[in-house]
Amino acid sequence: MGRDRTWLLLLPALGLLVLLFLAPLAWFLARTLFIETAPAEVPALFADVLTARSMQVAALTTLWVSVLVTLATLVIGYPIAFYLANRRGWRAALVVFCVVVPYFTSVIVRTYALTVVLGRSGLINELLGASGLIGAPLALLYNTFGIVVGMTYVLLPYMVLTLYATMKAIDPNLLRAGRALGASPLYLFRRVYLPLSVPGIVSGSLIVLILALGFFITPALMGGPGDVTVAMLIERAIEILIDWPSAAVMSVVLLAATLILFAVYARVTDLRRMMGA
Amino acid sequence: MRAALPLFVGCACLLLILPIAIVVVLGFSGGTFLRFPPTSLSLRWFAAFLGDPGWRAALWSSLAIGGVACVVATGVGFLAAYALVRGAFPAKRLILAVALLPIVSPTVVTAIAMYYASARLGLVGNVVWVGLCHAVIAFPVVLLILLSALQAVDLRLEQAALSLGASRARTLRTVVVPLAAPGLASAALFAFLTSFDELVISLFLTNAATQTLPVRIWNSLHMQVEPTVAAVSAFLIGVTGVILAADALLRRRRKA
Repeated sequence: MGRDRTWLLLLPALGLLVLLFLAPLAWFLARTLFIETAPAEVPALFADVLTARSMQVAALTTLWVSVLVTLATLVIGYPIAFYLANRRGWRAALVVFCVVVPYFTSVIVRTYALTVVLGRSGLINELLGASGLIGAPLALLYNTFGIVVGMTYVLLPYMVLTLYATMKAIDPNLLRAGRALGASPLYLFRRVYLPLSVPGIVSGSLIVLILALGFFITPALMGGPGDVTVAMLIERAIEILIDWPSAAVMSVVLLAATLILFAVYARVTDLRRMMGA
Repeated sequence: MRAALPLFVGCACLLLILPIAIVVVLGFSGGTFLRFPPTSLSLRWFAAFLGDPGWRAALWSSLAIGGVACVVATGVGFLAAYALVRGAFPAKRLILAVALLPIVSPTVVTAIAMYYASARLGLVGNVVWVGLCHAVIAFPVVLLILLSALQAVDLRLEQAALSLGASRARTLRTVVVPLAAPGLASAALFAFLTSFDELVISLFLTNAATQTLPVRIWNSLHMQVEPTVAAVSAFLIGVTGVILAADALLRRRRKA
């Protein structure tokens, strides 16, 4: 083969990533934090932004919502992935369809669709009202519940596809052997299947958590006035307050959290299988 | 107990697909208000969408930006995927992790950084520039699809071409590209879709003249709920549907 110079083919990609992603990020953070802010003031700036009540509330909201969403996608996604990994035929194809179509539909369209279903005069309230179960429309939107439902809806496919990739690789013979030896289905699931699917649970939870922490569109459209996430606070700092230094500090925090989680994710996941490719 | 799993999965799938189905139906509604089920069906909101110069401009802008992103991300992603599949160099895992950063890093942060740079370079609102920025987030998608597609290309065919005296470039052009064509086409479709559906970067980088369909949907959701939004959403869902169907056909060809 001689000298291997195939790595040169990485250069265009490197150029794209550096020029349009890493350099703007470095430029934005370095200029706002080190050039436009005096070095002596940087610690005070961080302290100010991080101890501001709005930031602390937003950080708590973001964490709380992200953890809830991760748990919800896990609880709903696990049975779906289990079903997919163990069935074939048109039913499985239909389930794949129901997972993949939302996955590739624009987040803004999916969020809009949910607001139509969950709104005060949306389908759910109409049905419940018509059936006489409720007197007044339920507040399903513009509160924390709305955000959690919306983000669970948007992020569920990531969980399902990640779990499916792990479950597909579990040898069905192990379950057959266990059954032949007289184990009950529940015991088999608890002692064989569940432990073998743990890598998928970890990977799926991490990717959902990573994406949830930085989520912007769905919380912005489905949350109430009190539900401000860190991503929304960053957007407001730029669009409304034109406060670049605060935005930079919050970006550093959000980026750091994301990168740490991604470093863990990259260690426990075959990255080539990310996003169910 | 045996019926519990299919029942649960069935309900979950219904909940997943229902909001999308409802929006599609609403897009065809005949009434002046968003009501489900609609009292009558018509194409009036699609006519309103395509008849409105603002929405039409947004459509063209989305198509142009998606086109640039698709071409750039597919080209760059193909070369990188080939290098990662065939090359013998260290730190491949790390390189892949860095290449995937654009999809995990918070979009708001990415968008603000791009906006910061674009504002200083005077490029806010430039369609080609926004397309290039979208290529950054479409690139990881292309890379993931092509890593798996290229794995399936028989290495021996390339070795045959190389040993018969073809250069790397010629081997790529005349052996690898044709063999990976279905995968490349899938990758290009999803690169386009990634850009076509992207909102946050477009929100910061486009201006009133170059705003994309998702940006216009976002703006009109903040002002008033007009049924045109349902029609535009149905249109975007339709584009997703067409691309997924094309991908399904291409997958069949990949296996054949």
